[in-house]
Amino acid sequence: MSDVSAELHDTLLYLDGVTVSFDGFRALNALSLVMEAGEMRAVIGPNGAGKTTMMDVITGRTRPDEGKVVFGKDTDLTRLDEPAIASLGIGRKFQKPTVFEPHTVWDNLLLSLAEDRRPRFTLWARETATERRRIEEILVTTRLIDQRHRLAAGLSHGQKQWLEIGMLLAQEPELLLVDEPVAGMTDAETEQTAELLREINRTRSIVVVEHDMAFVRALDVKVTVLHEGSVLSEGSIDHVSADPRVIEVYLGR
Amino acid sequence: MILNRASWLTLALVLGGAAVLAVLNLATAPDAPLHMPTYAVALAGKYLCFAMLALAVDLVWGFAGILSLGHAAFFALGGYAMGMYLMRQIGARGVYGNANLPDFMVFLGWHELPWYWHGFEWFGFAALMVVLVPGVLALVFGWLAFRSRVTGVYLSIITQALTYALLLAFFRNDMGFGGNNGMTDFKDLLGFPVQAETTRCALLVITALFLCAQFLVARWLVTSRFGKVLVAVRDAEARTRFLGYRPESYKLVVWVLSAVMAGIGGALYVPQVGIINPSEFSPANSIEAVIWVAVGGRGTLSGAILGAVLVNLGKTYFTSALPSLWLYALGAIFIFVTLVLPRGIVGLFARRERVVVPDSVSVQAEPREATG
Repeated sequence: MSDVSAELHDTLLYLDGVTVSFDGFRALNALSLVMEAGEMRAVIGPNGAGKTTMMDVITGRTRPDEGKVVFGKDTDLTRLDEPAIASLGIGRKFQKPTVFEPHTVWDNLLLSLAEDRRPRFTLWARETATERRRIEEILVTTRLIDQRHRLAAGLSHGQKQWLEIGMLLAQEPELLLVDEPVAGMTDAETEQTAELLREINRTRSIVVVEHDMAFVRALDVKVTVLHEGSVLSEGSIDHVSADPRVIEVYLGR
Repeated sequence: MILNRASWLTLALVLGGAAVLAVLNLATAPDAPLHMPTYAVALAGKYLCFAMLALAVDLVWGFAGILSLGHAAFFALGGYAMGMYLMRQIGARGVYGNANLPDFMVFLGWHELPWYWHGFEWFGFAALMVVLVPGVLALVFGWLAFRSRVTGVYLSIITQALTYALLLAFFRNDMGFGGNNGMTDFKDLLGFPVQAETTRCALLVITALFLCAQFLVARWLVTSRFGKVLVAVRDAEARTRFLGYRPESYKLVVWVLSAVMAGIGGALYVPQVGIINPSEFSPANSIEAVIWVAVGGRGTLSGAILGAVLVNLGKTYFTSALPSLWLYALGAIFIFVTLVLPRGIVGLFARRERVVVPDSVSVQAEPREATG
């Protein structure tokens, strides 16, 4: 962060001194992070490092006690709630795949399309050709085209993860927050997911929280290491894995 | 697909059943073998009113996941609005012969009609209140509760408290709603004597028509995209928020609609049973309504109607044959259904509805395989 003014030009997300405490426990401790538009960033860190809390703060689920969270030019995210932030263009995938189980894959995507979210729209909405085309595109991207009529409840774990990523895509967000996308996936699925994220990254920015170091290495992007609620190290995967502090945190206990 | 096979069957049974009962009552001689006594007609009308309450409960519980244990409050409020109209129709025919005041007010030594009774001499005004009073109460209650993200058991407990508070309030004589005796001795409705056979039959058929209309509205709602969002909110509320939906608005819409439906049910109930009193607010009534829905099949709409009618048939039989056993039987039914038939009676027969998604044109060209 040598030249802040140059960096601010296409900064998409900017966290400055964000602190969150739960009953005296500091989940985030003066966390600062800058993400550029179009970037894919991997966030790693041991359990309790504050990765999920960071996502909660960005998406409006948790309000920080201190600090700034700015999206795009000057949108202060700490003043908005989840639906408002989602409508701004920040999508989130949960750690545990959360899809609408009683609905078909198709309907899951239909409900996620970037459209009016108010009851007065959904009460009268009818499926349009544009919507169908968009859903089909996403089905192809997420490799779920053959599953489109199936209920989401009947999908495999990996397919649910993809469906959720597809739902994020349908929202057409600028920024995707993806929490442990390959947890519980087979090696083949993990590889496909890395490919899928790279594909998505061509048009959108992504933050990936992940434990799986092989996966992070496969993504080959800038890595931020969190520890006890703040940034421990940042840089390429080779850089951070050579950092003695990172080695200590990961291997020292 | 607003109407599936079960829907058609439900509509046919409700309308057909009501029509057959009415015809058998009016067109046959009292000693004919197929004659349907008038009390049975009134009883059937009462069941259909309960079915409206059940439908209202199913809409919020089955589709939005809001377990209301106070829905009978909306039913009773609709009933009171109708009761007030019927009281004003008695006029000077009351025991005290006072044309301006209902009997219970004369008895309490009141000299003037309280302000909130004005207007109830007109049917149109009363009908408006039947819809408005439960609707506005639900709007205020729901707005506060859903905005504060009160869900689950906590919400159920508040709904229970709501109906209990109203029970206590309506028991008080100085509330001006007849206190613990409520309102009764009704004479006519829109000029027709409420006790007459023809009025009873007409009321039954009208109730059946209203029930069918409510059923159609409910089906339309749950099969719309709104309904899909509602189910999404029921099962994964947080997810819908991160997609940009405001679950509280969805819950509020369906909650208010449901309260209005219950209110209409209550309004049709009062002329057919001939009395409305605070016991309609009793928490047990709301809980019973939830049992009807559970028995018929939660989240099926048709099941709510079926459950309401069947359980009440059972209640009518038990309370005359083995009065002391009814509550045990009800409890046993509930436990049985919960353990053995989690999807209720309708769930026994329902095959999963075929899911209709338009056959895509562009897609079939490139069926991708998930090879890895």
